[in-house]
Amino acid sequence: MKKCIVTVLGQDQVGIIAKVCTYLAESEVNILDISQSIIAGFFHMMMVVDVSGMKKDFAQVCDDLETIGEEIGVDIRCQKAEIFEKMHTL
Amino acid sequence: MFGFYEVAETNKMIEHENLDVRTITLGISLLDCVDGDLSVLKEKIYKKIIKTAKDLCATGQDIEREFGIPIVNKRISITPISLIGAGTCKSIEDYVEIAKTLDKAAKVVGVNFIGGFSALVSKAMTKSEELLIRSIPKAMAVTERVCSSVNVGSSKSGINMDAVRLCGEIIKDTAKNTAKQDSIGCAKLVVFCNAPDDNPFMAGAFLGVTEADAVINVGVSGPGVVKKALESVRGQGFEQLCEAIKKTAFKVTRVGQLVAEEASKRLGIPFGIIDLSLAPTPAVGDSIAEILEEIGLERVGAPGTTAALALLNDQVKKGGVMASSYVGGLSGAFIPVSEDQGMIDAVLAGALTLEKLEAMTCVCSVGLDMIAIPGKTKAATISGIIADEMAIGMINQKTTAVRLIPVVGKDVGDTAEFGGLLGYAPIMPVNEFGCELFINRRGRIPAPIHSFKN
Repeated sequence: MKKCIVTVLGQDQVGIIAKVCTYLAESEVNILDISQSIIAGFFHMMMVVDVSGMKKDFAQVCDDLETIGEEIGVDIRCQKAEIFEKMHTL
Repeated sequence: MFGFYEVAETNKMIEHENLDVRTITLGISLLDCVDGDLSVLKEKIYKKIIKTAKDLCATGQDIEREFGIPIVNKRISITPISLIGAGTCKSIEDYVEIAKTLDKAAKVVGVNFIGGFSALVSKAMTKSEELLIRSIPKAMAVTERVCSSVNVGSSKSGINMDAVRLCGEIIKDTAKNTAKQDSIGCAKLVVFCNAPDDNPFMAGAFLGVTEADAVINVGVSGPGVVKKALESVRGQGFEQLCEAIKKTAFKVTRVGQLVAEEASKRLGIPFGIIDLSLAPTPAVGDSIAEILEEIGLERVGAPGTTAALALLNDQVKKGGVMASSYVGGLSGAFIPVSEDQGMIDAVLAGALTLEKLEAMTCVCSVGLDMIAIPGKTKAATISGIIADEMAIGMINQKTTAVRLIPVVGKDVGDTAEFGGLLGYAPIMPVNEFGCELFINRRGRIPAPIHSFKN
């Protein structure tokens, strides 16, 4: 399993999760966990995904997600999970 | 395990607090390039650098993309050129030719600096080492990315005062040769005491002879992150202050460790060390001075500055060594003036002087760094400043360095502009009382006694 973290941050609106999930499904990325909240009208989402079955290039998926974010006016990042594991666990 | 809060915290550090990995520095040994013929030597050096470093920048960019962490610089350090050219270079011009080759190779592989146009002369100079040092003013003028350093002292062998005297003259000549760009050549020239073999930071990086054929060293950073963390312990005790610094240093270093491991794996080159340094940039919020002010100083340079810096430096190391088993290089807080907006402001406000900076270098890495001084400053005075700084390193068994820029045609009240990460600097006044008779003595200051510490 190759875990990545997709984070979405921005103004809440209809269809954010749908758009991101549709793209991830097309890219054969498996979603393991989603947590989401609205803080002061701002949409925060964190997805844990598994990219081991992904056919596309990792950098390509990052770029595509960023583009989707730009289209709907939110900030989307996709990062390998190790950076968070390393920083926050002993 | 991490959750929503931890992910948000990491990304906030990257986006708003200038968390980055400052440099991946690829050390390349050039010992196997030695040849009696200059053109063959140049060819061998060029080919080895290209072959070893061809994937460095692309790999750095891939890691940046995949982990979402900026890696600001990709750089190369090499075996000190005085050793590589010793049997070949018979003139200053010969060494300048090698510098040009290094510059060309750096441009081809896409690194912004290559360090190691260096000589290690802490006890005495060979003819060849002296030639290399004398070639520095020209080499710095005709190249763009080559960095130079001279190690003139150590705790084990004392201070080579002949080299100190020569370095004062060399710094003046380098300033003259690059006068049109505010003497920027001097920003690429460092004089060391106790220079480490594995420093990834420029301009003083070189790869020592005890190192492997190639090695990955990584320099972390993160003054902005530390500053932000300290905002949460305002008014609290020293224990809470230290905890906040240690925790932050741990997190920052872990990122460096991850990047180093990845780069090492992908390039097939062994990992050497993490350099635990807080390295500022001219960007607002990426300043060591701001951390010291957050600790409680009105301005850097105020009474208490040395103590606050000592505390900061020590806590960064304590947090960092827990995060990586291989720590080396310079490891500490850097206090360059031109590269730190808070330091520049403190100089302009009259709070920070050259003498206070010298005191600060007793408790942190690395030394009198990126300080612009009047162009009229005498070579002997520069040598005197170097000697003082070397003495601090020698006696305290630590690395110290001097990177002074006597800006030609400028005086106190003027500003030198270097651009980019090198920033800009107000010209600082220098004590003008003479030290010629001291500097003109021949020989070396003996190594200190290592007992009876007082």
